[in-house]
Amino acid sequence: MQGKVIGISGPTVTVDLPDLTLYERVSVGNDKLQGEVVRLRPASAVVQVYEETKGLRVGEPAVRENSPLTVRFTPGLLGGIFDGLQRPLQRLGEEFGPFIRPGDMLPFVPCEQQYPFVAEKKAGDRVGQGEYIGYVEEGAFRHYIAASAEGVIREIRDGNICPEDRVAILEDGTEALLWHQWPIRTARPFTRKKFPRSLLVTGQRCIDFLFPLAFGGTAVMPGGFGTGKTILEQAVAKYADVDIVVYVGCGERGNEMAEMLEEFRSLADPWTGRSLLDRTILVANTSNMPVAAREASIYTAVSMAEYYRDMGYHVLLLADSISRWAEALREISSALEEMPGEEGYPTYLASRLSGFMSRAGVVETLNGKTGSLSMVLSVSPPGGDFTEPTTQACLRNTGAFLMLDTDLAHRRHFPAINWAQSFSLYDRDVAEYCAREISPKWPEVKKRCQALLKQEEQLREVAEIVGDEGLQDADRLLMHVAEQIRSRFLCQNSFTDDAFSGPQSTFELIEKLVAMYDRCLERIRQGESLGEILLEEHP
Amino acid sequence: MSLAEHLYTTVTDVRSQLFFLEKVHQARMGEIVEVVFPDGRKLEGEVLKIERDTVLVQIFGDCSGMDTGKTTVVFSDSLKQAPLSLRMLNRVYNGSFKPMDNKPLFVPDRWQPATGFPMNPTRRARPQEFIETGFSSIDGLNTLVKGQKLPIFSCAGLPAKEIIGRILADSRMSGSDAGFAVIFVALGLTHHEYSFYMRTLEKMSSNFVAFINLAEDSVVERLLAPRFGLTAAEYLAFDRGMDVLVIVADITNYCDALRELSMAREELPGRRGYPGYMYSDLASIFERAGRITGMPGSVTMLPVITMPEDDITHPIPDLTGYITEGQIVLSREMHQQGIFPPVDVLPSLSRLMQKGIGKGMTMEGHRELANRLYATYARGIDLRGLEAIVGREGLSESDRVILDFAGAFENEFVHQEQRRTIAETLECGAELLRRLDPARDADSA
Ligand SMILES: Nc1ncnc2c1ncn2[C@@H]1O[C@H](COP(=O)(O)OP(=O)(O)OP(=O)(O)O)[C@@H](O)[C@H]1O
Ligand SMILES: [Mg+2]
Repeated sequence: MQGKVIGISGPTVTVDLPDLTLYERVSVGNDKLQGEVVRLRPASAVVQVYEETKGLRVGEPAVRENSPLTVRFTPGLLGGIFDGLQRPLQRLGEEFGPFIRPGDMLPFVPCEQQYPFVAEKKAGDRVGQGEYIGYVEEGAFRHYIAASAEGVIREIRDGNICPEDRVAILEDGTEALLWHQWPIRTARPFTRKKFPRSLLVTGQRCIDFLFPLAFGGTAVMPGGFGTGKTILEQAVAKYADVDIVVYVGCGERGNEMAEMLEEFRSLADPWTGRSLLDRTILVANTSNMPVAAREASIYTAVSMAEYYRDMGYHVLLLADSISRWAEALREISSALEEMPGEEGYPTYLASRLSGFMSRAGVVETLNGKTGSLSMVLSVSPPGGDFTEPTTQACLRNTGAFLMLDTDLAHRRHFPAINWAQSFSLYDRDVAEYCAREISPKWPEVKKRCQALLKQEEQLREVAEIVGDEGLQDADRLLMHVAEQIRSRFLCQNSFTDDAFSGPQSTFELIEKLVAMYDRCLERIRQGESLGEILLEEHP
Repeated sequence: MSLAEHLYTTVTDVRSQLFFLEKVHQARMGEIVEVVFPDGRKLEGEVLKIERDTVLVQIFGDCSGMDTGKTTVVFSDSLKQAPLSLRMLNRVYNGSFKPMDNKPLFVPDRWQPATGFPMNPTRRARPQEFIETGFSSIDGLNTLVKGQKLPIFSCAGLPAKEIIGRILADSRMSGSDAGFAVIFVALGLTHHEYSFYMRTLEKMSSNFVAFINLAEDSVVERLLAPRFGLTAAEYLAFDRGMDVLVIVADITNYCDALRELSMAREELPGRRGYPGYMYSDLASIFERAGRITGMPGSVTMLPVITMPEDDITHPIPDLTGYITEGQIVLSREMHQQGIFPPVDVLPSLSRLMQKGIGKGMTMEGHRELANRLYATYARGIDLRGLEAIVGREGLSESDRVILDFAGAFENEFVHQEQRRTIAETLECGAELLRRLDPARDADSA
């Protein structure tokens, strides 16, 4: 069905197509700009358009696409870099040059690429909808292919096929292809959700030991500019002990995405030794790319993450930064002239965000496998003010809260995680897990470490009045050890070999520092002076 | 379609820089119109919003003298385009790319939309070639590289323009065959500031292009001028292979213009009245800096921001800091102590420094030296706070040495009368650290 463009305001376009449904896809203009219906009126609809609307003319055609905005699942996503609408940026760059123009379009995965399909069912087998009928090898992963409907297999083939080809056909004529589509705003179904309990190793000592993440959990890290959000997200993307990583650069810098692409290509996954890029999907909708596509980008990404989760993999979704998504939402909302809530954000900001974050979890999949989707989201609060709506909305939904501190960042204490104000709700369960899997002393050493840091803070206040010299030896020892914990344990420079620390060595290091404190304290009690003791401890 | 159909006299609602026009046939978003005032004056405008046949137009100038009967609006069917050619060099233009020297415009080789197109991130090349500015606080501790966007966060009355002036006069970009050009975009500057910059540009031997929008000029053009500047920069860099340095002064005036126009459009105000889309708007300017794989040339940006009320959390420096690759922060306190450039190195940062320094780029050991200087100075500043409470006598001997280091660092490393090469900068820093060594021995004794 065809209609016309009748109004244009920023990223929203009004069209006169009747009988549309909400979130249905519409293409507008001679350049066929893609968009999604965000508001219905009696004889018209407002479309959120994913590309620059400059140059679009009233009266140009608007065409109904008869489907919602979807992401296409197929082998070949891993190692790829896509924009918020899943356009393949690498090939766009090769094909259309260094700049992206409205309407530049390419198929998302090239058909020349062939994949060897291994059938796990045979003709005559009955399959349920979504049941796996076979797989292809996608790098190190088995990429399972599902039946698109319930029925009996009439024909199924083995061997090399391209994503457009048919792998099987059911008795009723339904075909199964290597690819299928999924509406990005709909969470993929599963059988059962489980509570996140086991440690997701990030390789960052401060996180793994003090504020741990669990498989299927969520973490947010708010911090002002330059506090190290991106570096930390990237470090976690590199070192996390998961199968697959989906990283969304949402409204951030182009150079950061370029650098990640380059770095991931050459770096090896510390857990498997393969190229990091082979386990990674990048979604890049940088700050200068259209804002409506930025809004969609996190949904495109989370859908891809769920898709691999459903095959029984542990998937980690990282987004930098969720604030830019919220701002995109605000921009669209204000173009729609909706009633604004706090700071101009639409009143549904919090519910949209919790809808998104609740797509994380450990699940039993429809095929009886266990998979997980964990999330680490950065937040960029204006003026570093954590009371603003996006940070607060995140805070209400998150399992772990890693607060990045501008003051620590200025001291070049990285990662600049404020140890007094951050928290993790997975703490208890993960500590039990670590006591079993790493060391029975994990929970106890952790309490000691936290206590030392806390006492240091109090002592520091005293020292500011009486001066260092005014403190007792035992107190000065505590200050000394806490300083060691901060500079040697909590700090972790991402540009050195220290960038990754396995849980075992994380534990050994902190255990050693706590033991040193105990040893020295005992000697002070025996009457030795701190100066002598330290000289022996740090020759 | 005949020309007559593109000509309208249906102006309704008129505001200072905006007006509505009715019964318009098939307008385009962003289309350029010519407005002919009753007295015969002509001004350009741009379509901002369309609702059926009603169009909102923003005018490059202001609407004074406009009426709702005789004013004629002619639609051009095209978007705002920048004329491009090497012949643009060494001339001065206004915010609409009109020559200010009373000579005709050059003959363009081609036209390109002023808003540009987003660079495909997969085609970006990592900025990593060192630019020697001659300032130790930048070269040594916050190194600038080609293709970086590194703003100067200044406060009212601090010598930001003198710093830019010295960088223009003294910078050494390691050579590219096609050469080097400066694009200077003046936004809302006073005559005094403007003439200072122009004198510097004219004294330089390298090519320049200047886009001038002074304090009294149109605020709508103030939004346009940096976009023309960057379109010119992209052309010189990526079509012509030049290394281009873009100076934009002052982004604060730009943001105030953005706020003024947003208010006029009755948009919802965000923090301190600035529009909610200011982040994306600024990003559409700053993200145009960069390099492209497989192509010579680069666009490096040094925007100047005056922090209102010296407040770094104000939305203008805050949003800028969220987009740029670091910031050079000036301090009023250091300026009052007579330090030039008054760079506060603690909150300053160059995020692209890691890859641009070290052996083969600046010098071996640069990173370690920078880290030690930074850490020791930070410690010294902490001790200054402590000294204020317990007095110098309350500090240990080794602390006093560090305290003195902080002073020496400000006066001898940050402060400089003359340009320093990177070797001189690093030697100066190393020398300061050597003074600490006796203290180290004392520490462990
Ligand atoms: N773990 C780390 N090790 C060493 N340096 C770090 C680390 N984290 C951050 N830094 C330093 O801090 C700088 C800023 O970090 P980053 O770019 O991650 O900040 P950000 O919080 O993402 O800022 P923005 O919100 O502006 O994007 C880096 O360029 C680097 O110099
Ligand atoms: Mg960042």
